[in-house]
Amino acid sequence: MNQWKNLSKGFIKENAVFVLFLGLCPTLGVTTSAINGLGMGLATTFVLAMSNLVVSLVKNLIPDKVRIPSFIVIIATFVTVVELVMKGYVPSLFDALGLFIPLIVVNCVVLGRAEAFASKNTVWSSLVDGLGMGLGFTMALTVLGAVRELLGSGAFFGMKLISGDALLLFILPPGAFLALGYLLVLFNMIKEKNS
Amino acid sequence: MLTTLFGVTLLAAGLLGSVYALTKEPIRLAELKKKNEAIQVVVPGFDNEPSLEVEKIFMDGDTLYFYTARKGDEILGTAVETFTKQGFSGEFKLMVGFRQDASIIDIAVIKHAETPGLGDKMEKGKSDFSVQFMGKHPDSFNLAVKKDRGDVDAITASTITSRAYCDAVQRAYDAFIKLASEN
Repeated sequence: MNQWKNLSKGFIKENAVFVLFLGLCPTLGVTTSAINGLGMGLATTFVLAMSNLVVSLVKNLIPDKVRIPSFIVIIATFVTVVELVMKGYVPSLFDALGLFIPLIVVNCVVLGRAEAFASKNTVWSSLVDGLGMGLGFTMALTVLGAVRELLGSGAFFGMKLISGDALLLFILPPGAFLALGYLLVLFNMIKEKNS
Repeated sequence: MLTTLFGVTLLAAGLLGSVYALTKEPIRLAELKKKNEAIQVVVPGFDNEPSLEVEKIFMDGDTLYFYTARKGDEILGTAVETFTKQGFSGEFKLMVGFRQDASIIDIAVIKHAETPGLGDKMEKGKSDFSVQFMGKHPDSFNLAVKKDRGDVDAITASTITSRAYCDAVQRAYDAFIKLASEN
């Protein structure tokens, strides 16, 4: 398989958020600012790449019946690793993401890739697939976070562009759905033009 | 099947144990640093290590921590780590600095989950809300929002957060007085 295609499919063609609609819980929950989206995306990317790697390494050793529990244990292990490392080295980001870090365990993107891709493909392809899907997820979360931050608090990556309040609605939960909806329109328009 | 699952969980446990051991110290330091920074904000100018001089009081179902800040032999004040459970999104934690006469030096937010753009204006630097407490003595400054006949200007559209904030500061003050009368 062409590895470049394998990596890039996560960005547009099979983007986890904009096309597959997977992992929407963290997508809507943490994207109140661009930096939160970026942090969440990178944490998920690490978990995705590592769990894909390990799952494809051990895929022939694990009997079919206990496949899913084993995958979950592998994923949960890497999530906890991320959690501990973040707590120790980037505590402010950890505080902002809070509960959503342990929730990466149940992010359907991660288990979905382990089950649908890593358990059927070679180690190298699985690692590349995990990285690609993860970075695509990161891109989606960062864009959504940036849009919400810009509209909701008038800032870009924490830099205040306007003083005072902006359209507060976009930082609140309903704004997540609205912003995602408008981004989807935009995304599909660009996709249609290209094809 | 059983051995596979056992093997997987055993390996996972081994990996987690070693990562835990590796990150234990950084996590402790990060938490300590955050605490020290909050103390630095609410009782500035000390030269001891207040986080080593801790006293505890159990109140309303949780623990309040007292950190004494000194410069040389003189006591500059006490930083009280307090909490409230009435926030808009549950519990949040504040650090309140008191002078020896129980007037408030300054207040910092340690940990909260209030709504960004609304309740989080209680944080220093996001609005002037916390400034109104500086230098006030809770004896003459009623720690309740104006809607409740108090002296505190609530954050616009965040009365619940403002009430909870007052609740936390009041608890810190009560505990401070209690501790002072015991010593």
